[in-house]
Amino acid sequence: MNPWPFVAAAYTVAISLTVGLLAWSYISMRSAEAAADSLRRK
Amino acid sequence: MHALANPARFLRIARPATIWLLAVGLALALLGISAGLTLTPPDYLQGETVRILYVHVPSAWLGMGGWLGIAAASISQLVWRHPLAAVAGRAVAPAGATFAAICLLTGSIWGRPTWGTWWEWDGRLTSMLILFFLYLGYVALASAERERGGEGRIAAIYGLVGAVNLPIIHYSVLWWRTLHQGQSISVTGGSSIDNAILWPLPLTMIGFSFLFGAAVLMRMRAELAEAKVEARMRRLGA
Repeated sequence: MNPWPFVAAAYTVAISLTVGLLAWSYISMRSAEAAADSLRRK
Repeated sequence: MHALANPARFLRIARPATIWLLAVGLALALLGISAGLTLTPPDYLQGETVRILYVHVPSAWLGMGGWLGIAAASISQLVWRHPLAAVAGRAVAPAGATFAAICLLTGSIWGRPTWGTWWEWDGRLTSMLILFFLYLGYVALASAERERGGEGRIAAIYGLVGAVNLPIIHYSVLWWRTLHQGQSISVTGGSSIDNAILWPLPLTMIGFSFLFGAAVLMRMRAELAEAKVEARMRRLGA
């Protein structure tokens, strides 16, 4: 059994889920902080 | 901990810390992954599939460590009523659930060529799956409690009760000797893995831990900003 497709699949899962978590956290933080800033300016 | 009870003081530390954790975490994780894929030899038994170790072990550690963080936040909330404890618990849960999912998926992918099966109802695998479902329950409970305007005490109690699963996961390989191998790396007792294979693991462990920390800080900052907006809207409506 060729092991490389399994290694590639494991790394794809780990990297894509980690990047997804970081992107979701970053976008939600930026939009929440932007909303708070715009409300303070008003 | 109590020095950070003031959200403004917390944010002064969290803003630069988020950037540093992200930058150093990304650098270390990429370095460890590159080294693990190209610079280490294949294992004499598992062959090339041993390389999955460099993402599987950090995700298992962070999946369990995340719940330890929830338990610590729960104690801090129930005992000292720390104002950021509920926010911290809610911020840790999605990150912990993500890494528990990575652990389960990479473990399953590792299991197919190594054990000949994608899944087995083995003690370690089952208790890790329970941890993942506990995370989903915590996310649902904490967000429902927040929407109702609660202080997060029910979620905190749930977080403490769920911590019972952590020693079960840890000792499962000793209590039920089924498919999952026993403990091969210990903080105090060394490792049964050869150093030629082991050395990139601390890089990915620290790198992914820093990324986990960055995700938690970003979620905490988002929650604090949302709370600020809600408070201002209430004041404007009153």
